[in-house]
Amino acid sequence: MSELKKYKELALGGNIEKGGTAVDFKTGDWRSSRPVYNPENCIQCLFCWVYCPDSAVILKDGKVAGFNLEHCKGCGICAHECPGKKKVKAIVMEEEVK
Amino acid sequence: MANLKELAARGDKFTGGHRACAGCGASIVARQALLAAGDKPVVVTCATGCLEVVSTIFPYTAWDVPFIHSAFENSAATISGVEAAYKSLHRQGTVKEDIRFLAFGGDGGTYDIGLQALSGAMERGHNMLYICYDNQAYMNTGIQRSSATPRGSSTTTSPNGKKIPGKIQFRKNLTEIMAAHGIPYVAQSVVGNWSDFTKKVEKALAKGGPAFIAVLQPCRLGWGYPPELTAELGRLAVETNFWPLYEVEDGRYKLNATPKERKPIGEWMFQQERFRHLKKPEHQSIIDDIQKDIDARWEQLNKKCSL
Repeated sequence: MSELKKYKELALGGNIEKGGTAVDFKTGDWRSSRPVYNPENCIQCLFCWVYCPDSAVILKDGKVAGFNLEHCKGCGICAHECPGKKKVKAIVMEEEVK
Repeated sequence: MANLKELAARGDKFTGGHRACAGCGASIVARQALLAAGDKPVVVTCATGCLEVVSTIFPYTAWDVPFIHSAFENSAATISGVEAAYKSLHRQGTVKEDIRFLAFGGDGGTYDIGLQALSGAMERGHNMLYICYDNQAYMNTGIQRSSATPRGSSTTTSPNGKKIPGKIQFRKNLTEIMAAHGIPYVAQSVVGNWSDFTKKVEKALAKGGPAFIAVLQPCRLGWGYPPELTAELGRLAVETNFWPLYEVEDGRYKLNATPKERKPIGEWMFQQERFRHLKKPEHQSIIDDIQKDIDARWEQLNKKCSL
């Protein structure tokens, strides 16, 4: 949504005509720390995926394949819920540096 | 009941890019509910509140399903109207699909402001599921007390002060009020137990008729804890018996989880900023009162479940 639309171009009653348009809005810049994925410790339990509030865990063929950092707000729920392999977590949070 | 792989295959109907806080429990509720409901078309309405405000900021919407914004008090009334219209159109043959109807409301919009609309919709017997994401205060407007706020909790309208340490009253038991309506399905679930919650959503929708699920939803801002603990604090509320997981199916009570050992309520409360003032030794009697209340409610519930 780069340019403001004129009122006549908008749908009646301020309706949003297509669902799921929030994907175009980036919330990744809210983040102060980012999840880092180590596949060798991952048991594919998908807990990170099911508890992510921002649908930011990317699955490929039903397996964790990384994070959508354009939406991830860095809450760290994925890392906290991760059981890991032999108590070594597959997701750790790392501070964002500038 | 779908396992995680099957849920994952359904695909998200609640997208990222919404403006909820980092670690928000309400968006987990919405996501998991739509995943559980996702094998058939759904229509959603949402009472004004955190979830609605963060997910539908014009011109964006995080809902990849037909969505109607309703006012604070009437999400149950709105969805019952949609359902009634659908019934008529279905009878006339205009709409052929089997559509499900979901309403979301926060505890403010459900326990307080929307109670009569919800009660009416349930009594009329609409085929709908109402999910209350209960974060125990009006979080969207800046943490004011609601009738779901537990005793001792400090909010902006029940602040901890020199004379009064947080909210004086105990919280209302809405799940029991809904069970008293005699509807086919009433349940209590929690953020932090995906399998319990998605199972209950599937069950409620498969049952047909009016259904109600209250989900305890930790709120990192209003409760005051680090955002990664959202799911953990939900589970701890179950382990302390503060929020038992149970369902009432056709009038029959069933406990879904019994903690091996009941943890003292302090373990859950003292991880949260809103209860921090109760750590002072002079407030020990309040903690004892709260513990007594929890134990009494738990005993009552167990009696109902053994009937």
